[in-house]
Formats: sequence, C-alpha cells, structure tokens
Amino acid sequence: MKKKDRSRLPMLAQTGPVSVWMVLFVTLPLLFIIYISFMSRGEFGGVVYEFSTESYRTILDPMYFTVVAKSFRVALTTTLLCLLFGYPLAYYIAKKPPEKASRLIMLLMIPFWTNGMMRLNAWMLFFQMNGPVNYVLTHLHIVEKPVMFLYTDWLVNIGLFTNMLPFAVLPMYSSIEKLQKSLLEASYDLGADRKKTFFRVTLPLTFPGIFSAIILTFIPALGTYTVTDMLGGGKVLYIGNIIKNQFGAIRNWPLGAALSVLLLVITALLIFLYSRFAGIEDLEVV
Amino acid sequence: MCGVDALSEAIVSLKNVEKWFGDNHVVRNMNLDIAEGEFLTLLGPSGCGKTTTLRMIAGFEDATEGTILVEGERVEDKEPFQRDVNTVFQNYSLFPHMTVYDNVAYGPSIRKTPKAEIRERVKEMLDMVQMSGYEKRKPDELSGGQKQRVAIARALINRPRVLLLDEPLGALDLKLRKQMQIELKRLQKKLGITFVYVTHDQEEAMTMSDRIAVMKDGVIEQIGRPAEIYRRPKTRFVADFIGESNIFEGVVEHVGDRTGADGSASGGARLLGIRLGAGRVSACGEGFSAGDRVYVSVRPESLCVSREKAEGFDLPASVTDTVYMGTLTKILLRTADGQEVKYSRFEQEEDLRESMGVYLCWQPEKAVVIPAEAERGESR
Repeated sequence: MKKKDRSRLPMLAQTGPVSVWMVLFVTLPLLFIIYISFMSRGEFGGVVYEFSTESYRTILDPMYFTVVAKSFRVALTTTLLCLLFGYPLAYYIAKKPPEKASRLIMLLMIPFWTNGMMRLNAWMLFFQMNGPVNYVLTHLHIVEKPVMFLYTDWLVNIGLFTNMLPFAVLPMYSSIEKLQKSLLEASYDLGADRKKTFFRVTLPLTFPGIFSAIILTFIPALGTYTVTDMLGGGKVLYIGNIIKNQFGAIRNWPLGAALSVLLLVITALLIFLYSRFAGIEDLEVV
Repeated sequence: MCGVDALSEAIVSLKNVEKWFGDNHVVRNMNLDIAEGEFLTLLGPSGCGKTTTLRMIAGFEDATEGTILVEGERVEDKEPFQRDVNTVFQNYSLFPHMTVYDNVAYGPSIRKTPKAEIRERVKEMLDMVQMSGYEKRKPDELSGGQKQRVAIARALINRPRVLLLDEPLGALDLKLRKQMQIELKRLQKKLGITFVYVTHDQEEAMTMSDRIAVMKDGVIEQIGRPAEIYRRPKTRFVADFIGESNIFEGVVEHVGDRTGADGSASGGARLLGIRLGAGRVSACGEGFSAGDRVYVSVRPESLCVSREKAEGFDLPASVTDTVYMGTLTKILLRTADGQEVKYSRFEQEEDLRESMGVYLCWQPEKAVVIPAEAERGESR
C-alpha cells in the first residue's frame, strides 16, 4: 500500500497540470458549445437559454450539405498536395546530415514566424489582377488578359497547401529520420532493389508519420476560415467561414455551435475510422 | 601471408583493398582470400576495420581502391541486392512491421517465388533454427536469442554461398552466446556455407573459426588457424589480444645452436639469450641476430616458477597475489622493474605465499620471440 501511495504523487505531478489545463480550456468550452447548440437564438442575436433543436433542423438544409462537401473537397485536396510534395521533401531533409537537416527545417519554418494575416495579404497582392503574377503572364503573352486568380478554389487550395505544408513535413520527417538505416540495408541484402525497399519497408514503417501528417493537415484545413475568407473572398463558402459568421456578423450562436458540433463529429469519426484502418496489421502496399 | 594455403579455392577475394572515410584510413591494403566452406573470423578491437571489411563484401560500403571478387566475379559495381551474399546484422534488423513468417519469407517473396514454395522454405528454415511455432509473432514479441535465430533463418533462406555475420551474438548474454556459438558452428558445418564472421571476442573466434584474421588499425596482423595464432603469434598485438600473455621487452644478447630434435620449434629456430630490463631469459626464435630488439611472449600456463635459477634464466620476481579458481590457480608476480606477470597452474600446492621471492623460467620453445621493429613498422 505504502509503495502505491508513493508512486501516486509523482504521477499526479506529471499529469495533474495538463489535466487541469485540458479540463479548463478544452473539455469545458467544448461542453459549453454542445450546450449552446441546443439553446434558442435571441431576437437580437446571442443565446436565450431555452431548449430547442432548431439549429440542428436548420443544418439539415441541403445547402449545408453542399458546404460540408465542398469543405471536404478542399481539405482533401490540400492534404493530398501536402503528402505528395511533403513526403519527398521530408525524405530529402531526413537523408541530409543533421546540421544541414536542421537548417532546412528552419527554412521551412521561417514563413511561420511571420504573421499569418500578413502572409495572406502578400498572397493576395501577389495574385491580384494587376499584381506581379499577372504582369509576368501578360507580358510574356502567355495570357491575353489578366487572370482572375483571387477568390477561386484554386487559390484557396494553393494557400492552404503552403499554410499546411510544414505540419505535414515535420511528422513525416521525424518518422523517416527515425527509420533505422540497417533495416534498409537488410532489405537490399535480401535482394530488394530501391523501389521494392521503399514500398515494402520505408513506406509502411513511416506510416505513423504519414498518419500524423494527414491528421495535422486535413483537420485544420477542414475548419479553416482565415485562408478561405481572404483568398476565397467569402465568395465561396466553407464550413469554417459559416461558423465564424454565425458567431460574428450573423450572431446566431446556437447555429454556429451546432455547426461546430457537426464538424467535431465528422472529424472525430474520421480519426476513429483512420486509426482503425491504420491499426490493421498487414498493410498490403504492393 | 594471407593465402588460402591448404584449403580449397577462394570464394571471396579482397585484392589491395583500401577504404578511407574522409581522412580516416580504415582499411589498409587488404589482401584476403576466403576459401569455400570455411568459417573465417575477422577478429579485432573496435575500430580495427573488421566491420567495414564485411560491409564492403556485402556492398554497403564501396572500397576506395582495390578489387573484391565473390565467386570469381568482380562485385564493386554491383549493388548489395545484386550480390549473392547475405548478412546477419549485429542488431538483428528484423522488419518490425512484419511477422516472423514475413521476415523470413522476405527474400524469396522479393524474387517472386511461388507462394507454396515460399511456405515450404520458410518452414524448413524455421525448423532449422528451432523457431517453428513462432510464425505469427512480431519481432518485438521475441527475446534476443529468438530474434537472432529468425535473423539467421532470414539470411539463409536465399541459399547464399557466403553468409556474412556482423557480431551476431554481441547483444546476447554469456550463456546464450555460448550456446549459439555451438549452434552456429554446427549449422555452418551442416550447410557447408562459407561464413565470414566479425567479432571482437577472441574466445568466440577461437571456439568457432577454421581460420582467424586478427586485425588492428585496418591491417590484418596475422591470419591462421586458431591454435596456430595462439601458439605462434607473429606480432606483439596478436600475442596480447589472443588469450592471456606475458610480454617482456628485451634485446637479443647471443644466438645459440639450432634447437634440438626434442624442441617443438623446428626448422631454423635457434636458442636465443635475451636480456630484459629485470634479468635474463632464453627463448627459441628464427632469423634473429645479436642486438635485435625483441618481445618475448609467454602464456601464463607455460611459465614455471621455482626457488632456484634455471639454466639460461635469471629473472627474479616476487609473488603479489594468489587466486584459487577451482581447478586452476592464478598467481600474480612482479619483476624487479615492476612488470606484472601472470602465472596459472593446475596444482594447488600452497608453496607460493605472497611477497615470496622466486625465479621465473620456461621451456625456451614455449616462448615466442617477436621482432620489435616489425611491430612498429606494421602499426604505423
């Protein structure tokens, strides 16, 4: 008994602060959001504390379904782009000697030390009708008239991709970097060439990194509103913008909360499905 | 010096192989022929280039200069996956995401062998290393010894003509290591595959090998059968590294007659009178003349201790420690110039007490005389 008591204190000291933090700043706000989503909307915005399922009935409107589907598409495209470009980049960095690798990682991170709004504004200036991109394109006679880049899905995707890339690269980098060189050597030794070794050893063993990269890019991309607001100009609607608008301009908090819950359920479901899928023992990759 | 001598044709040959890692000269002008079916051990302290040599044969490292032949074919331009050699790695390197079965089946499945044949061969391999029944386990559910067995099965399933083993038993505890040594040796004999084995454990090398190549600083100091290396070390390093040895430094004082027929050292060996810092001794050696600086190496079990001077000897010492170890008694002595001398014997007479003054001697043909110049020249 005595031994047990002694071991309990350090455990509490280790997990206590984090638990308090999580309860105060994650669990409680989350419960509050769920609570609000079942309340009624006040006449002049805000929340009236009367039970109502009106918000959820509103969501059933097909309009919201299209928005969710569209948000999914953009998030999925972003994630795929991040994996497609991020994995080779992560691989390249991981194969460099440590000092060089940390320098490359820093280069990757530098844009993130600038303000996000400023970065997005720079993107907008860069791609606007009389911006440098259109200037070059028209003067090289690649296009006749300046192209309307702004407020398109295309630009939103590019914006999200550049925004999320480091979050995809970092976990994949650490996964690839941790991969023991001798496992690759063992594979070569047994007769597998580089391609077979990649698909049968490297890829399955770096899957945890890929999984983290997917989670870290897909979920933020699904709920984002800054990128979509600025580069999409609010012209194209995504679920993130709608939620933001409900809490902001439109002041329909219960609907915003209900949409948040919807987003939460979808992401939770995805993570669940994904972890189940990732837990499958034998991933047939070839 | 490194020829295959009486053994059959070489299956692996290294010719003038050099390896540099930047400014680090790891392997120096190595010439080595490994005979088909032999168990050859590369033995040496860490950093002597033994693992690098093995990795060059496997193809994981390129030789900076020189040629490597496997089955008579040059392999410098071949990738590891194109070479017909397989490796057992020091840390096992089993694929952690695959079961024991898939690990062992990896080689043949890469070669698109029919599934039924793979199943048969995996079974055969696992039977051979006594690991049947573990097919569905993952490597992290196995003990060190079991992992090692799987690693051996995985490396042998491709039926290589040469198996390279890089300190395969290094991570196992002593008892298991001894057991695996015997099993590996038995396996090698049964399969008739050439084993190239890397270790820093001289006892392990002695137990298992047909031939041992003792390496130091990227150079093979001596290559030969275990008994030969033990009895006739050619350099001070080999004498010191293989087993226990007392090494005295001295100068040849006079060269005597050829040793008699009763001496085990035949041929041109002569009886040498050698002056040490703390006395005078005799030993048999070949090709020495008066004034040569030499090392005299004597095994603890070849030493004699008596109260009187023996003929040709005048080496006083005093007993510092006696340790009874069951059948064996180990006695430590110290010469007049402070050198510690190890002496071991089977009799347990308690005639030697601490701080007792005695004289050391040995049968001259049991000592090995090593030229001091050659030693310095080779290790530069």
